[in-house]
Amino acid sequence: MFENLTERLQKAIKNIRGYGKITEENISDIMREVRLALLEADVNYQVVKEFTNRVKEKALGEEVRVSLSPSEVFVKILKDELLVLLGKEQVSLNLSNKVNIIMLVGLQGSGKTTTIGKLGNYLRKNENKKPLFVACDVYRPAAIDQLKQLGKQLDIEVYEEGQGNPVDIAKNSLKYAEEHGYDSVLIDTAGRLHINEELMTELNNIKEVVNPHEILLVIDSMMGQDAINVITGFNEKLDLTGTILTKLDSDTRGGVALSVRHLTNVPIKFVGVSEKLDGLTFFEPTRMVGRIIGEGDIMSLMEKAEAVIDTEEAQKISKKINKGDFDLEDFLLQLKQIKKLGSIENILKMIPGASKLGLGNVNIDPKQMARIEAVILAMTVKERRNPNIIKASRKQRIAEGSGTSVQEVNKLLKQFEQMKKMMKMMKQGNFKFPMS
Amino acid sequence: MGIFNKLKNIISKEATVNSYDKGLAKTRDNFISKLNILNQKYKQINEDYFTELEEILVMADIGVETIISFIDRIKKRVNKEKITDPKLLTEVIIDELFIIYVDEDILSTKINYNDNGPTVLLFVGVNGVGKTTTIAKMGFKLKQEGKKVLFVAGDTFRAGAIEQLLEWGKRVACEVVTGKINSDPSSVIYSGIEQGIKEQYDVILIDTAGRLQNKVNLMKELEKINKVIGKLISDGPHETLLVIDATTGQNGISQAQAFKEITNITGIVLTKLDGTAKGGIVLAIKEKVNIPVKYIGLGEKLEDLQNFDLEKYIYGLFKDLLR
Repeated sequence: MFENLTERLQKAIKNIRGYGKITEENISDIMREVRLALLEADVNYQVVKEFTNRVKEKALGEEVRVSLSPSEVFVKILKDELLVLLGKEQVSLNLSNKVNIIMLVGLQGSGKTTTIGKLGNYLRKNENKKPLFVACDVYRPAAIDQLKQLGKQLDIEVYEEGQGNPVDIAKNSLKYAEEHGYDSVLIDTAGRLHINEELMTELNNIKEVVNPHEILLVIDSMMGQDAINVITGFNEKLDLTGTILTKLDSDTRGGVALSVRHLTNVPIKFVGVSEKLDGLTFFEPTRMVGRIIGEGDIMSLMEKAEAVIDTEEAQKISKKINKGDFDLEDFLLQLKQIKKLGSIENILKMIPGASKLGLGNVNIDPKQMARIEAVILAMTVKERRNPNIIKASRKQRIAEGSGTSVQEVNKLLKQFEQMKKMMKMMKQGNFKFPMS
Repeated sequence: MGIFNKLKNIISKEATVNSYDKGLAKTRDNFISKLNILNQKYKQINEDYFTELEEILVMADIGVETIISFIDRIKKRVNKEKITDPKLLTEVIIDELFIIYVDEDILSTKINYNDNGPTVLLFVGVNGVGKTTTIAKMGFKLKQEGKKVLFVAGDTFRAGAIEQLLEWGKRVACEVVTGKINSDPSSVIYSGIEQGIKEQYDVILIDTAGRLQNKVNLMKELEKINKVIGKLISDGPHETLLVIDATTGQNGISQAQAFKEITNITGIVLTKLDGTAKGGIVLAIKEKVNIPVKYIGLGEKLEDLQNFDLEKYIYGLFKDLLR
């Protein structure tokens, strides 16, 4: 997500670098870029208008400081204002009740049922809760089946009464939860349009019966300008406590994220980042701003890395990089570690400056990774330690051994050479991340 | 302004467009009232007028680049044709909207039927757009036309997807070919088509798992599905329909581009048009990726799938302006 938005904003920032100072004349062109970038990201039209006006005003009002260049000043203003849009602080779930009642609502296809699965998994794993799923989507064919299958995968019980009355099911589930020692109840509801009076009233009836601590609206992050109608529609009727943005692992520019909080004051609490059941993460505004501006999200990456990477092994490799004798054997080890971190695309997105190096939109097929690994595995240890000795006949053998082609072996060796060069530059300090 | 007159003629045929009308009412009211306010507010056409026009078009989710070049063209026409009255400009706006979409193409929403053996329709799209529901509606429609219809549950990934299609199969009395959850979708599809050929079905409707267009491995899976279909029926699939949710914003263009790269998308099914979303992104998709809309979804009922009719669609948007 956000990649294209980041790219566009960086274009604007780059333009400003050419100027000695920010003036009424040159800021107009830049604000035009920023405006288009935001509109193409589906940021709400009103929000774009307000945002660009504020940024422009601030940029012009900013006193010239010797220590900061115009582009640095501009980036700071952008960051501050984006943070205002996203809400400065992270808002977490209210989980301090004897039984925490959480209700998920939203349009059809926004991802409510999948999100219930992810949320249940999160509550159990990270909050040490004992969740119960409640199947109140009695309309969509097989919605109950879907929730039951998720429950089975996670070993979380599902309370259901078939195609009964959703209000009664919700009510009965609370009693069931108390009797069976569950401390969190997650209620799945049917997808509905915010303008469907009858079904919106039904949600309100469920709300009155169960008194939920959290009513979360699940929104598809690929949504366009209609998002505001949907959010206001649900909020006016139900007084939402938060939203969950789904499908952020798509290439959406994520404008919804920048509009929701600002226009409705309803905080974003979680974001869905993969189809897997652990693909739900906290929404952290400051980190998100870093991603939008293209500074990456090194905090999240480090947290993730700490959780999965063997520190000793990593230190050894980093020493080798510093000494300049990093070889394919080390590369292989690294590949294995990286695989534990998740997809390369996701890692790259979190690295500061990656998008500026043209790495923001890289697509890497997991199968491609497996092929690279196969090629390296087909080499002897001696070859891995000293790739220079790999000439024509060895290449032929490696290609056959790994089921690939000589071209692919060549490509890998060439890429590895480039990588080493980059490492060398970084070591010598010639390699600057454009914004750090 | 031939198209415009044609539109006016359609108004007399109002009865035929009633249900279209109902579904798009919210869309239209919003859009029209804004354009009307715009026309009342401005006695003459100036820069502020165009800024507001831009806002109206952006709010309808018509692509940003499309809008910018669109407004440029309108401005040129205003200069050239010396238009000063905003009311007259409305006609130019509608005219130009047609031009974006049609662009001298001959457009058909008809299904490309196979004369020798079953016609294969493949449904693809990102998650949650309504592929399975659309298949049910399409099956219902085709059965009403007297066709023998087979469903194939090619979404073996999402929990409950197979059961969902089975349930729809029951409701519309269509046989459903299924495989195990998490099995290779290509193999289910292979046996589905085999059965379809053997038992002489007229149409085979294939459901696939929702996939985000930037997931390389899932897009490769789709490539494989295509190959498998081609093995059994050399010119299949006869239609590959990309299902797009009307609430989708600018990402719709990216979806259309990515899916078109992998498969030969022959048309779009625009779903959920009964909400407040305008689905304007289809105009940009047609202009940039050249994929026409073939069907629209206007509700949750089986009969809520209709052939896309550009005249009715734009008429629906501009009805009140034409009176």
